[in-house]
This record gives sequence, structure tokens and C-alpha cells, in this order.
Amino acid sequence: MARRVMIKGNEAIAMGAIEAGCRYYFGYPITPQNDIPEYMSAAMPKVGGAFVQAESEVAAINMLLGAAATGARVMTSSSSPGISLKQEGISYLAGSQIPGVIVNMSRSGPGLGGIHPSQGDYFQATRGGGHGDYRTLVLAPSTAQENYDLTMDAFDLADKYRNPVMVLGDALIGQIKEPVELKPYRKKPKPKDWALTGAEGREARLLKSLFLADGELTVHNWMLAKKYKRMQKEVRYEFYRAEDAKMMLVAFGSVGRILKTSVDILRDKGKKVGLLRPITLYPFPDKAIQEAAAKSKLLAVMELNTGQMVEDVKLAAECACPVEFYGRPPGSIPTPDELAKEAMKIWRKGGLK
Amino acid sequence: MYFDSIIAGFGGQGVLLMGTVLAYGAMKAGKQVTYMPVYGVEMRGGTANCTVVVSDRPVGSPIIHEPVTAVVMNRPSAEKYAPMVKKKGQVFVNASLIKKGQFECRAKQVHYVPTLELAREMGNARLANMIMLGALAAGSGVLSIEQVAKALPEALDPRYHKMIPANVEALEAGARFIQGKKAA
Repeated sequence: MARRVMIKGNEAIAMGAIEAGCRYYFGYPITPQNDIPEYMSAAMPKVGGAFVQAESEVAAINMLLGAAATGARVMTSSSSPGISLKQEGISYLAGSQIPGVIVNMSRSGPGLGGIHPSQGDYFQATRGGGHGDYRTLVLAPSTAQENYDLTMDAFDLADKYRNPVMVLGDALIGQIKEPVELKPYRKKPKPKDWALTGAEGREARLLKSLFLADGELTVHNWMLAKKYKRMQKEVRYEFYRAEDAKMMLVAFGSVGRILKTSVDILRDKGKKVGLLRPITLYPFPDKAIQEAAAKSKLLAVMELNTGQMVEDVKLAAECACPVEFYGRPPGSIPTPDELAKEAMKIWRKGGLK
Repeated sequence: MYFDSIIAGFGGQGVLLMGTVLAYGAMKAGKQVTYMPVYGVEMRGGTANCTVVVSDRPVGSPIIHEPVTAVVMNRPSAEKYAPMVKKKGQVFVNASLIKKGQFECRAKQVHYVPTLELAREMGNARLANMIMLGALAAGSGVLSIEQVAKALPEALDPRYHKMIPANVEALEAGARFIQGKKAA
């Protein structure tokens, strides 16, 4: 059996990355994700890798681009303001089709904001974030165990699609300490026939995002669009006590885990309430939302922001049932009881019994 | 089964270690558990605290506004956290630094544990936190002293493993203090 340890969510990310073969880490410190570079700085030399504290976030993402271009598994991590700085590099990664894993243990904004948990970076993460018509695959863990598991998957997905993958958590998901089963990584990554490894004895390869010839960029963008379409099959989500739910709560990450307890509280009171927790935010689980909309009388989206994912839920539900929203800007973390009360307000407003 | 606790005190009193040992013990006993350290902008010489939740079901929120128990090791923590404890909950007060009437509280059960005096009887004042942890375990029934003791080899840095027997004795002393009070 795999070893079970009690570790911080941030440490679980770092351990999952190293287990999946990540050997290069570039970063610049920022709360609340500093446990990741701290762990990496001690662990990377022991596995023959390299840890670099860059002079800035912009430098770190470009170091990642360079290292990833050689075919290595590489990661950077930061938190909201730092992730904003990395957007140029993420856009270049997407345009040049270079895989890499970017962790955002988001904090509150806008601007410097604060260090409290927030889900205010949902739009930035799921809409690409930088300039140009591109998408990153976004994974949203809700437990330390998922931090470990999904970070390993992030490397596989990045390689599979030659695309940046973002792991989006928040201060709660990064700081929480809970048991994690350290499952071994057993996959054998495929050789990368595009990587820049020295052209001796073979044709030279070129990785770039600049396409100036007539019509070239159109072809390139359509090719990327087709890739994002293929990525749709990676969609992941979890239903919790959803069988006969009259009202389906929809939430991701930290709110997703808190709402499980809220659902238990409401079920104990005889209210038929379930939860749908998107695990991939891009691709978004449209079909699961449609399924929930067809089965339930009401969808209630809850987020630690003033309304972002709710737009995707409304698009997916296509008016099949009403979509309500409860949002919480940064400041305090809601308890299961508080969210259960908010859910009941929506329940009553929707005329459910 | 559900239990939670806010454990608070000065930096240096070993409150984060108490939470870590409790969380490891709960994990080893096959429970679901979360540990959340203080999160905010803290200053040197200020308070430290952590929240531990132990349950049979997966733990939704690692942060609690109305805890079932609180451990308060200094007066600022007593003033802040004791009033938050549920009516039917329990507060464990470090009687070496905090006196009755120095804080507000609606919880019916308040245990005054003279941690420093008991630790000095054992010959080491630094055992005060483990005495309090023994009192918390015995008073709340969340884990047996054996279950808490099993956490020590993993929760403690190997440099301190030679201190494990003394720590186990301190856990037992804290438990005896609570049980003696209950019997009385």
C-alpha cells in the first residue's frame, strides 16, 4: 500500500510534481504558495533536478518555456498577482505548443488585494488569461490528495496536448494539512519528437509563436482550435448525493469541499440537495450541467467571488432550469452551516418543498 | 463521530505541535482529519493557533467559527476563542497563565489545567503543551492517550525522538488530571 502522510496542500503539489518526473522548477516567492518553492528547493537537488529562484515571475515563466522546449517536465507556481505577470509567457507557451505546468494558489484581488482565499481568478484561468485566442487546461483540486493526484495528471495532459496546464487552488487548498496517500507514478511518458535536443544527425526543429507569412497564422489558429476541441474529452467532475436532488449546488475547489458538508446538513433535514463539483474548469463539464439541469428544478452556483463560473453554468444549462447564485468576495471563509442557510434561501425563493 | 478544536497560545508554547500530534494521531486511528494553521498577517510575539477537525465523514471545512472545543494557552487566546465555543462544548484553559473571570464563555464545561505546575513536577516545563494535549484527549474523548502517543514518532522531528517517553508521560499526566477532576 502507498505511504500515507500528513502534509500541507502546497507540499502535496510539489511531491506530486516530483513523482511525475518534474525535474525543473522556476519560481518567485509569494504568499500563500511559498511551501511549494520551499519544498522544491530542498527536494530538487536530491533527485538530480534544478530549483531556480528567478529574479521575477516574468523571468520564471520564460525559464520554464526554455526548459520545457527541450522536452523536460517543468513547473512554476505563484499566486494571483504573480500569475498575472506570467500571462505573456503562458500565451507564448500556448502559441508555440510547449507543455508546462503552472500552479496558481490564488489569493484575493484585484491588484495586491490580500492573502485570503478567493476564486476571483476563474475568468483569467479559463479564458486563456494572456493575449490571443488560446486556452489552458485548468484543473481545480479540492483536497490535499487531489493536489497530489491532479498535479501528476497535469504533466501527462500538458505533454499529451503540448499545451500549458494550470492547477488552480486557493489559500485554503494550499495551507490545509490532511492525509495524503503517496501513490506512485507508473506511466512511461512518450518521447517528444518535437523537443529541441540538438539537431545532430536529424532535421532541425523550430518552436515559435510568430507566423507572418500570408495565411499561416489562420492555419495555426484553426489547428489550435481543433486541439482545444479534442481536449473536451478530458472533462472531469464529481456528483455528490445528487441522485434525486431537486436543487443541485454547483461549486469548485474550496467551496466545493465545504459544500459537501452543507449537503450532508441539508440531507439530514430531509431536503433533497446535491452537489456537482467541476474538477476541470476548462474543459467545462457542460454535459454534466445539462444532466443536472434536466434532473433538478434549480441549479445554485456558489463561488468565492461575485459571479464568474455562474456564467459558464448558465451557458451550459441553456435555460433548461433556473440558475441562481450566491457569491462571497474575499474576507472570510464561509462555514458549511452558513452555506447551508444560503442554499435554503435559494430553495425557498425557488418555491421548492 | 465529529470533533473539532481551536488550539491557541503564544508563539513558542507549542500550540502548532499540539495540533499536529492530534492530527497525526487521528490519521493513524483511521479517522478523517484536517489541520489548518493560523492564516493571516501575524507578528513576532503574537498569538499562534491552529484548527483540527476529526470526523468519520470527509471533512468539508477545515475552518470553524463555533468550535466544539478550544484550548487556550494564554490570555489573549482565551479572550478571543473561549467565547466562540458552543454551549455544549468544552474549553481547556491553561490555568498557569489564565485565571477565572478573565474571559467570557458560554460553554458549560471549562477545565482549568495548571500545565506549568504539572510540567515542573515532571522536571521539564517544556512538557506543558503535551500535558494540555493529554487533558484535551481525555476530556473530549476524541482519541485515547495510546492513539495520541502513536503519533509522536512521525509528528516529531527525529532529533527529538529521545524525548518521546517523557512526552507520553506528560500526555498521561494531563489525562490523569482531567480524570481525577471528573472523579472528584
